[in-house]
Amino acid sequence: MWRFIGFRILQAIPVIFAVITITFFLVRAAPGGPFSTEKAVSPQVKAALEAQYQLDLPAHEQYFSYLSDLAKGDFGPSFNYTGRSVDELIFQGLPVTAELGFYALLIALVIGTISGVIAALKPNSAQDYVPMGIAMVGICMPSFLLGPTLVLVFAIWLEWLPVSGWGDIPGDKILPSITLGAMYAAYIARLSRAGMLEVLSQDYLRTARAKGLPEYKVILKHALRGGLLPVITYLGPAFAGLLSGSFVVETVFQVPGLGRFYIQAAFNRDYTMILGTTIFLATLIVLFNLLSDVLAAWLNPRLRYQFKK
Amino acid sequence: MKITRLYCLLLSSLILTACGGGSNLSRVEQGTIDGVLHFGNGTNIQTTDPHIATGLPEHHVITSIFEGLVTKNPYTLEPEPGVAESWDISSDGLTYTFYLRENALWSNGDLITAEDFRWSWERALTPELAAQNSYMLYPILNAEAFNTGEISDFSQVGIKVISDLVLEVQLRAPTPFFLQLMDHYITYPVHRETVESFGLYTDNLSRWSREGNIVSNGPFELTEWQVNSHVRVEKRENYWDADTVKLNAIVFYPTENLITEERMFRDGLLHRTEEVPLDKVPVYLAEDPDSIVIAPYLSSYFYLINTTREPFNDVNVRRALSMAVDRDLLNETVLENIMQPAYFLTPPGTIGYEPPVTFGYDPEQARALLADAGYPNGEGFPTFEILYNTQENHRKIAIAIQEMWREQLNINVSIVNQEWQVYLESVDNMNYDVARRGWVGDYVDPNTYLDMYITGGGNNNVGFSNPRYDEIVIDEAPLKLDNKERFALYREAETILMNEMPIIPIYIYQTKNLKSPDIKGAPSNIMDHYNWKYIYLEASSK
Repeated sequence: MWRFIGFRILQAIPVIFAVITITFFLVRAAPGGPFSTEKAVSPQVKAALEAQYQLDLPAHEQYFSYLSDLAKGDFGPSFNYTGRSVDELIFQGLPVTAELGFYALLIALVIGTISGVIAALKPNSAQDYVPMGIAMVGICMPSFLLGPTLVLVFAIWLEWLPVSGWGDIPGDKILPSITLGAMYAAYIARLSRAGMLEVLSQDYLRTARAKGLPEYKVILKHALRGGLLPVITYLGPAFAGLLSGSFVVETVFQVPGLGRFYIQAAFNRDYTMILGTTIFLATLIVLFNLLSDVLAAWLNPRLRYQFKK
Repeated sequence: MKITRLYCLLLSSLILTACGGGSNLSRVEQGTIDGVLHFGNGTNIQTTDPHIATGLPEHHVITSIFEGLVTKNPYTLEPEPGVAESWDISSDGLTYTFYLRENALWSNGDLITAEDFRWSWERALTPELAAQNSYMLYPILNAEAFNTGEISDFSQVGIKVISDLVLEVQLRAPTPFFLQLMDHYITYPVHRETVESFGLYTDNLSRWSREGNIVSNGPFELTEWQVNSHVRVEKRENYWDADTVKLNAIVFYPTENLITEERMFRDGLLHRTEEVPLDKVPVYLAEDPDSIVIAPYLSSYFYLINTTREPFNDVNVRRALSMAVDRDLLNETVLENIMQPAYFLTPPGTIGYEPPVTFGYDPEQARALLADAGYPNGEGFPTFEILYNTQENHRKIAIAIQEMWREQLNINVSIVNQEWQVYLESVDNMNYDVARRGWVGDYVDPNTYLDMYITGGGNNNVGFSNPRYDEIVIDEAPLKLDNKERFALYREAETILMNEMPIIPIYIYQTKNLKSPDIKGAPSNIMDHYNWKYIYLEASSK
């Protein structure tokens, strides 16, 4: 098992290194720069600005200087927000995005698994078609459509919830969490339905029923454990996806999270911020994938057995 | 079945928690009672350092926490005393003497002295700081030479401390709009000790102007600043004119998403929005006219023509293109009838200057001009591109103009959009045929527009050059003390510009804001500037 983990970590290092290198040169290759403005600035000002941010150095020198700062855990100063470091901005946005992602995942899990299990219990009936139909719509509906629709209904028409914000007004965290969680709920519903269908036809469940267990015990105690395995494997990538994919929701609801920083950095050509967020999110995705692999291995006796050998 | 029941229970509890909580008063209603203004500010501010900042959102925040020698009266836009209690202007218009107040204090209690201004302007002009607005100080003798590194001795720059409270400024030419510049944030004083305690004064990345560190001198002080969330400023008790200040606090919100911003206003989260989505304008005008404010803005929307490329190097072609644009129709159809069709570059109403109107919509003459240029009925005219930065409204306008040119001149045009930064680079390198452009004036004077098109000017991205035009804008107009004479010269210059037509004026912008009727003392003006100390909130009977 430890060898497996060690091996996966070793695999991750070149991946992250490649991400750093490609992003570093790609942002600099993009047309426009962090200091392009509509109003012309004098060549002196432009040169001085570039010197302030070390952009006057040759690209490879900038690269190695960036790498050595990075090794010290320093992502550098933001090009866009004077006097703020990228580290600081990431750690300002991360807790917000993580909280949003956590709620979204919770909503996705609760709604997703329950709908999936219910659908699987009576396949090809209304009890199956209705939640799965909704799930299909959920997967297809982009959050830039779902978000404003929910706002229109719950905030503008019904006036139950605030239009936007995060932690400013009671209830303002609900709509963003639901919007972000919806797509994942739909996906989890389909996964758990498929998982449950497979498990429900297994012999050991017939045995459980045969020994006289009530149906809810059969489902909750025996079927769920195996049936939800695909969902668990999916959790790692899902959470990483929630963290890195929340920018639309954050923009629609004015949530001050990491995703918004990421998008703004790209538009502003905030080189250090683009790099910082990309590297940070890439590392997170690699980590969560690793975690879910380990979890899956630990839950699956066949895989566990392989590692013991 | 039990599981289904559990499911229903969970869902209903989720909805119940969703609907719980929330006080009866909206944030705006509560704000009006507490004297807290909730202000939609467009984008995030990048900095609160007045020498480094650029942009209108920064302007709004910085003018609340800093103050220059003079401020602007929000109704007339004429200068009124700020840190300077009074000033003298020598009869030749070259020397300005400012007398500072005895009771103007920094937020830490220090007295604001003439030396503070001298040092601050030295900082703003030091090349290493790379202040993008430093050119605003160029009317001062030798300021440009110092800023471009030609001279390194700041004592040669026309800024002299006469005594603690008297500052003398020498100009290189009488600049009748000089006082207008004195409330631009590049001229604001910064607190030397504070700046230097956070590193080099030329350090663009310094942390001195952050919340908790900053010492400032305006009617408000910075108390909170969370990127992507809000900036909060609170009333300063030791401000010299604290009795006038009625608001207790202002909260600025970054609101990039126009749709969300409009909804925030409807939901009582904002007193004022930075924008209104164009398609919502008629709705508000019909249903809630008290909440929407549309007012002229010192900002022009026009197309650049690359005069270095064939066939646009022919003035007849340029004039033909311009005369074939039906600006009234464009305004009615695409722009919801709220913009002002333009036949000139300079927005009207810049304190006494009225731009000349030298042409109009005239498709017949446009065709004749095109024939003169060798393209009768558009035959043989090469296909070219209209470039614009990606945005829905720019696209609609480009499509409309594309169609007008096709219909009236029988020429083929394609439209191309580029993301903002890419577009900037294309325009800067003159890598376009025809490109969309917007320009917001820096100060209320036609010079802020007309000096763009002097030969080789940094913003002259059309390759325009006319000796008489240069003569007026560079040499003659700045020497005229009398505005009437000066404006006559500018009208001559603008007539040249419109005869040569290196740009096609399209419309003059109007600001569109949603504004709660609770906001008082904040008139619309063409700079879209607010003088925060006069603003107050009063619940309107609604």
